[in-house]
Amino acid sequence: MHYETRDGRSAEQLAIGLGWFSIALGVTELVAPRQLARAIGMPDASETTLRSFGAREVGNGIAILMQPDRAAWLWSRVGGDALDLSYLASGLGSDHNEQGRVGIAIAAVLGVTALDVVCARQLSAREDDFGSLPTGIVRVERTTTINRPVDEVYRFWKNFENFPRFMKHVQSVEVFEGNRSRWRVSAPAGMTVEWEAEMVDDREGERVAWRSTEDSQVQNSGIVQFKAAPGARGTEVRVQLEYIPPAGHLGRTMAWLFGEEPDQSIHEDLHRFKQLMETGEIPLSDGYGLWRAAQPAADPQQVRSLAGVNS
Amino acid sequence: MRANCWHGTKSVQVQDVPDPKILNARDAIVRITSTAICGSDLHLYNGFIPTMKRGDVLGHEFMGEVVELGSAVKNLQVGDRVVVPFPIACGHCAQCEREMYSLCENSNPNAWMAEKMYGYSPCGIFGYSHMLGGYAGGQAEYARVPFADVGPIKVPDNLTDEQVLFLSDIFPTGYMGAEMCNIEPGDTVAVWGCGPVGQFAIRSAYMLGAERVIAIDRFPYRMRIARDRAGAETINYEEVDIYEALREMTGGRGPDHCIDAVGMEGHSPGVMGAYDRVKTTMMMETDRPVALRQAILSCRSGGTVSVIGVYGGFLDKFPMGAIVNRSLTLRSGQCHVQRYMRPLLKRIENGEIDPSFVITHRMRLDEAPEGFNLFNQKQDDCLKVVLTP
Repeated sequence: MHYETRDGRSAEQLAIGLGWFSIALGVTELVAPRQLARAIGMPDASETTLRSFGAREVGNGIAILMQPDRAAWLWSRVGGDALDLSYLASGLGSDHNEQGRVGIAIAAVLGVTALDVVCARQLSAREDDFGSLPTGIVRVERTTTINRPVDEVYRFWKNFENFPRFMKHVQSVEVFEGNRSRWRVSAPAGMTVEWEAEMVDDREGERVAWRSTEDSQVQNSGIVQFKAAPGARGTEVRVQLEYIPPAGHLGRTMAWLFGEEPDQSIHEDLHRFKQLMETGEIPLSDGYGLWRAAQPAADPQQVRSLAGVNS
Repeated sequence: MRANCWHGTKSVQVQDVPDPKILNARDAIVRITSTAICGSDLHLYNGFIPTMKRGDVLGHEFMGEVVELGSAVKNLQVGDRVVVPFPIACGHCAQCEREMYSLCENSNPNAWMAEKMYGYSPCGIFGYSHMLGGYAGGQAEYARVPFADVGPIKVPDNLTDEQVLFLSDIFPTGYMGAEMCNIEPGDTVAVWGCGPVGQFAIRSAYMLGAERVIAIDRFPYRMRIARDRAGAETINYEEVDIYEALREMTGGRGPDHCIDAVGMEGHSPGVMGAYDRVKTTMMMETDRPVALRQAILSCRSGGTVSVIGVYGGFLDKFPMGAIVNRSLTLRSGQCHVQRYMRPLLKRIENGEIDPSFVITHRMRLDEAPEGFNLFNQKQDDCLKVVLTP
């Protein structure tokens, strides 16, 4: 798909710039990881990790230059930024590191991230047929296959009170009569938001849909579809979510900065759903992400909250 | 408790860390009685595997006594003596149901990181990077074992730790390497690498009916063990041209099957070896596939190349033309250990094999840094280090 518009061209030009930036940074990480480690104030950073980040940057940069109109490559950069930020943030706690330099590095990455998000959003908006969605609506869609029968998966999902067990940011859902429910969800910067939703569609073993009520603080809706996977492979679950973030574009950017990029978030939530349905629990490791070393925690609650598992 | 932790390239330290606790209903806590250093731990030690973090507890070959159980583990009891397989597997996903345990879809909480590197995530592994789960490993006094109702197997008291410990990884890994070859009577199998996994690949190839096994290495002590204890013929790649030697030894046909038990840090004296060293140092490729290239070129037309050495990333100068034009079958995989533990335990009980023949060094857990150094440098004729807490 290709659109000739001024807005589109400027998004592409920005993409090309970010592509070259990606390659330049990547080559630096590959060729001079030691020097870079010192520059970002983490002299003990693993060369292998920096080089693997470099390989990713170069690959991503090349992909952008080859297809500067594809939003996916820019979103991939955003994901890479998330990894870089979590790696830098993990360096903040250590006395080996120069905190000031790490801070500056984080600020620099945040700046680039903002550009990446802006560019990716512009390209995404074009791919969505230019504003077939009203401005500010975020739409996310993900599919997974669960090795359980359709009716079991459907029944579990239909009970909204199960959501906090696998949705990282949903603290509670309270269901009352008339198909209505009250959601309490954690928001950026330690805030919580609440809204009421109504189940608007429920077809046994096929789909469940809900929508926030009109007076809700956060307008959102969701559709979940269930389908038997071919050859007794279980159930395909397709989730589509739409919402208007509290503060529009800025809200989404903010949300992403605090680790709540919706695409990644729904992907991880669906993985937890699969884990819960197939194994009866959400497996916990000692080193979730790159946040802490893979060694037992003195307080297991620390591991649970990093993994976002409510016990 | 004491645990051996990763602290950067060529640096491990035994330090005090908190004791593990039960986190989920299917967890168990095992008090470790024996643990080993694996050749694949050397890839971590040498900094070849990304997403490691200072303080990560290493180790994925361990056994011990169950001291605590989560409420959902019904097949084990406190006091049971168990060997723990290195892949963590849930037992209920589509891959586990196919007995492809190292592809478990649920056991890697950091699956999204592995997806960025590999497309889809394999299982979580004890003590083997955050990308593969971020689980604390077993070079420690205690370990938490997730999905304990699926992985660990009880072992009989009349067998020593040293006889059964390697059911955790290297014996099944070597066995699967041979099994993937579909060996038929009269077949000759060539095995690259006389490290511990190579030794078990040689023994397993004979168990599965190979007529001859030819093993390739450069360290005389390792080749001696391959000859004396595993029954292979051996050739030294620093002394002969491997392709020519194998060709002459097999009547000009080439070995029917080739097993790569070397992996990503292969060495070669020739131009290609130097090429790979430069490229990996520049990070233009991540792995040095010298053994794999040789195995592919040496294999007879229509034969099998079975890869059990660990590769982590991207290869260069990969002879795909030979695979396509000569109908070679390339098979690989991290071992689906859970599939092999019971049948291989039977073979140990029957006296068909005593896996302890690979052990050359016995040390205390506190001596792990020295063990890593010896094993990595191949000093003091080191083949396999077993640590006791």
